[in-house]
Amino acid sequence: MISGLISKTTAAVVAVASLCFVFAAAHATAQWAAPAPASASTIPNAQLIQAEDLSRLLKASSAEKPLILQVGSRMMFAQAHIPGSEYVGPGSQSEGTQQLRGRVAKLAHSQFIVLYCGCCPWSRCPNVGPAYDLLRQMGFTNVKVLYLPNNFGADWASKGYPVASGQ
Amino acid sequence: MALAAALGAVCLVAAGAQSAAPKDLLNKPAPGFSLKTLDGRPLSLAQLRGKVVLLNFWATWCAPCEIEMPVFAGWQGRYGPQGLQIIGISMDDDSALARRAVDRLKLNYPVAMGTARLGANYGGVLGLPLTFLIDRRGVIRARFQGETDLHAIEKQVEAMLAQAANSQTR
Repeated sequence: MISGLISKTTAAVVAVASLCFVFAAAHATAQWAAPAPASASTIPNAQLIQAEDLSRLLKASSAEKPLILQVGSRMMFAQAHIPGSEYVGPGSQSEGTQQLRGRVAKLAHSQFIVLYCGCCPWSRCPNVGPAYDLLRQMGFTNVKVLYLPNNFGADWASKGYPVASGQ
Repeated sequence: MALAAALGAVCLVAAGAQSAAPKDLLNKPAPGFSLKTLDGRPLSLAQLRGKVVLLNFWATWCAPCEIEMPVFAGWQGRYGPQGLQIIGISMDDDSALARRAVDRLKLNYPVAMGTARLGANYGGVLGLPLTFLIDRRGVIRARFQGETDLHAIEKQVEAMLAQAANSQTR
């Protein structure tokens, strides 16, 4: 009878320990898993810049020119991108955020930076949200995101704003 | 004075970055391509002459694309016997990602990796999803950009298949 009780107790302890192990493993995995991508919709409206305004800024001789970074698709960047912009994407993948982090690491936090993607409809873009969040977390205070409601083709290239091609 | 103005205009054109608008490809021959599918088979648009082709540009990070593609797989099964051929062109940088998506979505049509050149030939793939409908003679009859009413695409596929079938019975 006592041995039976000990067996039941042992079994219970093993079960609880197993559960603890499972929960701990899940927690560890959650800690190391990539965070859920922030939606583009989480970017404050005040940090958005319209295509017309950015185009005007790029043409103006006296205005401070931003560092423009494309955080989306390399293939799309190669086809057409804003002249002078650099590819550092994709913002939704760790390889892209590492590239972005490396590109801006030595810049002053007051550097004027414009991010853009245009891969797909704004509400579906997986790239600009995480990229914007990363720069804010790094302490950059002068970051704008180019608002492209549909995609780069429809909202920039087709509207006649300047584009360049190539890597 | 006129010469100065002309020279100025030339300089402006030379100095300015090009302004690009998608080429108008409707009712023109679809640009040809020869690619290899993800499983290594040759894929040539020219060899699909006689079929109605749905050419879909997509990527694994494109949420609307992931909604469309299983629907396209359904159409391949339903309309394939009538002559529909769907082709997927992944605009991902990494073919491994595309391959995993194809397996996960159980796509039953050929998928190949796209290139910047192919994208440029199709007027610039500057937003996804992007779908073209190409008739049996190899002419582009429709272009659908972004999140599209799939019923509208399906209606057009049906019409193109029926039109081709009718003309063949004459």
